[in-house]
Amino acid sequence: MINTIPLEFYLILSGVIFTIGAIGVLTRRNAIIIFMCIELMLNSVNLSLVAFSSFLGETSGQIFVFFVMAVAAAEAAVGLAIVLALFRNKKTLYVDEINVLKW
Amino acid sequence: MDYNYLLFIFFGIIAIASAFGTVTSKNPVTSAMSLVMHFASLACVYFTLNAQFVAALQVLVYAGAIMILVIFVIMLLNLGEEKLFSEKFGWRQYSAIGLGAVMVGVLATVYFSKGTLTTKMPKAAFENGKVEKIGTDLFTNYMVPFELITLLLCVAIVGAIILAKKNIVHSENFNNQEAN
Repeated sequence: MINTIPLEFYLILSGVIFTIGAIGVLTRRNAIIIFMCIELMLNSVNLSLVAFSSFLGETSGQIFVFFVMAVAAAEAAVGLAIVLALFRNKKTLYVDEINVLKW
Repeated sequence: MDYNYLLFIFFGIIAIASAFGTVTSKNPVTSAMSLVMHFASLACVYFTLNAQFVAALQVLVYAGAIMILVIFVIMLLNLGEEKLFSEKFGWRQYSAIGLGAVMVGVLATVYFSKGTLTTKMPKAAFENGKVEKIGTDLFTNYMVPFELITLLLCVAIVGAIILAKKNIVHSENFNNQEAN
């Protein structure tokens, strides 16, 4: 056992970043910036997974982070393709102007 | 250990500040650049946790691949500056304020609570962050998920190409195309 930075500090950092990302998703109008805020939230969860994995002395958390990163890369490719198709068809990226699915 | 503390506080503050920059800047390119900064500083925070492999992946995958994709799309679309908030205060703003209040409340509870901090890290953590241990685990215990994730990436590539293709039929001229 080695004395290090407390686990709680990492969790607080992760929570703060997650909340900033969530506030960004709720308040911004540009679809690309909303996408980037989702990446922020994913990253904060990765941080807490790595912190727990280190403090438990196991690799499973870091392998989970590896999978999360692969999913994030897939999500980036598909999400940005959707953004491109959306801009080509609607000529806007502001989510409050894209309301075809609203009843 | 003192250096570790200093590094954690320094890069943690940079991470929070650049996350703020991502959310608040009006120009999408500025926003993307501060997100790159955020990813780099989080990689440094991973180093304080002895997770070298994850830190390298963070720089390669997030700050490299994903952010280049985002910046490519921003430059293709040639976006201008955006008005930050819409004129009327909608439910989105109210729920964002509520979320912020909840976070402040949780942080205050943590700050004023009298619990003990978890500072003991097992010695195994120093070996676990290395590529050798993670690679061994990945190709023995986690073989099936690894293969599944390759399938997912393959599907994502095909899906992205089909979605971004030029001639998507959209609702306005769907009838015209049928007539031709």
